[in-house]
Amino acid sequence: MSSLLKNIIRFALFILVQAFVLNKIPALHQFIKPYLYFLYILWLPFSIPRSFLLIVAFIFGLSMGYFTGNPGLYLIPCLVIAFLRPFLINILLPQETTEVSYAEPSLKSMGWAPYSVYVIILTFVHHAVIVFIEWMSVGNFLFFVGKVAGSTAISLLLIFITEMLFSRKAKFRTNAA
Amino acid sequence: MHGVAAHANRAMRNIFLFIRRFFTFFLFLVLLGVSLAILVNYNKTYQGVYSGTANEVTGKINKGYNDVEYYFHLKETNKQLAEENTKLLNLLGSSFDAPDSSKQVKVDSLIKDTLGRMRRFIYLPAKVVNNSVTEENNYLTLFRGKNQGVNIGMGVIGANGSAVGKVIDVSANYCRVMSLLNRKSKVSAMMKKGFFLGEIDWDGADPGYLIMKSVTQGAHVANGDSVLTSNIVNLSFPPGMLIGVVTQVKADPEGTSTYLLKVKTAANFYNLQYAYLVENVMWQEQKTLEDKTQKVNE
Repeated sequence: MSSLLKNIIRFALFILVQAFVLNKIPALHQFIKPYLYFLYILWLPFSIPRSFLLIVAFIFGLSMGYFTGNPGLYLIPCLVIAFLRPFLINILLPQETTEVSYAEPSLKSMGWAPYSVYVIILTFVHHAVIVFIEWMSVGNFLFFVGKVAGSTAISLLLIFITEMLFSRKAKFRTNAA
Repeated sequence: MHGVAAHANRAMRNIFLFIRRFFTFFLFLVLLGVSLAILVNYNKTYQGVYSGTANEVTGKINKGYNDVEYYFHLKETNKQLAEENTKLLNLLGSSFDAPDSSKQVKVDSLIKDTLGRMRRFIYLPAKVVNNSVTEENNYLTLFRGKNQGVNIGMGVIGANGSAVGKVIDVSANYCRVMSLLNRKSKVSAMMKKGFFLGEIDWDGADPGYLIMKSVTQGAHVANGDSVLTSNIVNLSFPPGMLIGVVTQVKADPEGTSTYLLKVKTAANFYNLQYAYLVENVMWQEQKTLEDKTQKVNE
């Protein structure tokens, strides 16, 4: 399956899973909100140009927002993590070895320690931004800290489960593709 | 002459190089600006960009999902409808009896009856196709839109006659409803005992409970008191629809001798399948009159 087709299918799947499975789960607590959809942006291929990455993130965030009733809410966190992603990958990946040989970020292509750092930082940033936007209408600092911590924890757990369930084959990038 | 042109040329080229070098950053800033505009515009008007088209698309997908989900709620929905039917049957004229003193029966189909009463509210049934309770700001989607007579501002009532929310956005066949479980929702309410006015909003904590503020402590509220929609008639709710029951009474630390009440919602937001849209047919007249007085006073 071509990378483009695979990512188009993922686009739809991540939004549907977030909108119709995770958003339907009655919350354990106000602070625990299971977000998983942004993993789509983390899984995009290494080779995607930076400006195109931003545009994809914009469209992705907007589509996600339309399903939850607030079209603006998911846009900004998606844009921020899409902007930070290339810098993080540059820091975490030794330039000469893996980047050229693997298609997309995963446990196998980056090694589990750098990949965990990559996921944890971007998850934290995403949640901090999204809760910050909500915080502006709530205005309670405990809410901000509690919700970022609670949601980050549950999201990391979900991402861990997703990685275990769908062990993506670390495909080597070839000239033919 | 030549030197100046070359200099200007080089400056232009430098600007282009600068833009090209930081193109991604500029694109990021532009998209961030657009996002902020969308967010701010939404918070002001509750209408998203292209919300007409987007509502139709997400509405269709939600409808498909709900067609499946609905089967799992059939029993509960059936029970609610039966209970409501019983309630309405008990209100029927034929349930009451009195020694007959009439001489003649006339069928009167005018909207204005002989006692001078006029129809003020019309109820329209609608299927709930999407409903959330887990967000900070929750919304519903109903399968009924502008083509079927829905307008922005109409109230939404659950199956047992309890307040659910207000219409904030309409497309051709669907409408979006701001649920009472929304931090931005503010509904005027009153205590059933003594008609003391207050305001209902939500703190985002528990989808089963709402917060009621600015009820004066002279009202002597106790646990178990009912909270109704206020008798000040507005566009959305007919007076006296049940909102919930008080479960916790506290003094409001921010208000001056007012209560901070925790109210158990009468509507069960977890399994809403049908709802009624309420239209105030006389709203236009009331609004025109109120606007006119304002102008005279100015």
